[in-house]
Amino acid sequence: MFRNQYDTDVTVWSPEGRLLQVEYAMESVKQGSACVGVRSNTHVVLGALKRSVSELSSHQKKLLEIDDHIGIGIAGLTADARSLAKYMRNECLNHKYVFGAPITPALLMGDLADKHQRTTQTYVRRPFGVGLLVAGIDPQFQTAHLYQTCPSGNMYEFYASAIGARSQSARTYLEKHYESFTEASLDDLIIHALQALVGCVSGDDELTKENGSIAFLGKDQKFTMLEGDALQPYLDRLELKNAEEEKDDDDDEEEKEGDGPQAMET
Amino acid sequence: MSKQRTTQPITTGTSVIGLVYDGGVMIAADTLLSYGSMAKSFNTPRLYNIEDRILLGASGEYSDLQEIVAKVKALALQETTNSMESIYVDRKLPAKSLWNYLRAVMYQKRSKMNPYWNDVVVAGWDDQADKPFLGTVDKLGTTLQENLVATGFGGYLAMPLLREKWRNDLSEGEARALLEDAMKVLFYRDCRASARIQLAKCTSDGCIVSEPYELDHSNGWNAPSMIRAAGDLDGDGGW
Repeated sequence: MFRNQYDTDVTVWSPEGRLLQVEYAMESVKQGSACVGVRSNTHVVLGALKRSVSELSSHQKKLLEIDDHIGIGIAGLTADARSLAKYMRNECLNHKYVFGAPITPALLMGDLADKHQRTTQTYVRRPFGVGLLVAGIDPQFQTAHLYQTCPSGNMYEFYASAIGARSQSARTYLEKHYESFTEASLDDLIIHALQALVGCVSGDDELTKENGSIAFLGKDQKFTMLEGDALQPYLDRLELKNAEEEKDDDDDEEEKEGDGPQAMET
Repeated sequence: MSKQRTTQPITTGTSVIGLVYDGGVMIAADTLLSYGSMAKSFNTPRLYNIEDRILLGASGEYSDLQEIVAKVKALALQETTNSMESIYVDRKLPAKSLWNYLRAVMYQKRSKMNPYWNDVVVAGWDDQADKPFLGTVDKLGTTLQENLVATGFGGYLAMPLLREKWRNDLSEGEARALLEDAMKVLFYRDCRASARIQLAKCTSDGCIVSEPYELDHSNGWNAPSMIRAAGDLDGDGGW
């Protein structure tokens, strides 16, 4: 439309009152591979689909540890994400030195949102081209939190969220099931995260221990990564769960059909 | 123009003492402001209530204390109002965090050879451990967390008394009596102290700082050491 005239500078408004450069940056997030986050009353689980450039290359790391009680999942420009991770890690360490206690995730998120906003209000910089899902445990109240940042500087707290390519399928799954997350066990939460991730794989690919990645933290649980072989048991459990559900669906269908040929019961 | 550095305190407050009792922490200080040997003001409180959660008091240079309190009040307010969830969550700066913060500040100033010339006492209720918190930070940045604290002359005159009488199951009344007794001794023997004092306590319900009041020292001249002139020949001859 008229977009092209007002989109060269982040400090230029479009006639519709939009900052097009910021919106383009948000597009970059949508191009990154999927990342999901779910939380219960006691734990937060982050999941990610790792992309690899070619068969020869490794899969790009998407879940990063910030502190014992804070972790992030990224979608978008990895380099921008690493810069933000470095900033967050620094803030956590400084806070520990000055106050003798772990930083409150909510306060760190406030500073992070401000950092994003600053880039949208000066002509010498560009917005960060990455969305973050931030998992944190509040050290004072011992509560679990999941936050999402985006290039615009908006920051929200979520029960569950998904960002990146094909993440709408994950969001649909999460919207359907999020109410069961609050009391769920850690293992169930991990399965939910993986289930949400399954919907985000492209076409013929599938979720494997090479391209899948899980991280979790909790009230009495430091940030922990599940990758490679450690992830396989959960993938197996997920497969089992889906197979059972498919069988249940098939059984239901047969009951409806009535006189149709009987399938073998296994 | 050369850089000015603190080399000596000018306007000062004397000892701050404190103890942990069963269910809370209590601190005391007199309200005398000294200007060298001049008694500049009889009614300057040196104990502060920060966001109804932390008690702060200090001996030493009074202007530095005022600066510290201004910074601390701003920090505590920031903690309460700054986050994106401040209307949903009642977040208060923990006493222990403030104590650590002051350590960092005092140490940095000392490292530049320009200290805040104070001995600071920080008291509050530790919500996470569910017990009282009492600690000190000195002008070098040294921190101590103790059940009994005393700054300045209090370290010499009041500490031995507190140590003798303290138990960890003191009631509030006993704690107050013990502190008042120590403050009276300080008035008698510290020439920069007055009988007009302030008490402050912190429990899990919050903090309260009393208005200044005068200790009853009408019996002071009747103390045995005051009655018997030591200069008499049948005494020890004295000075």
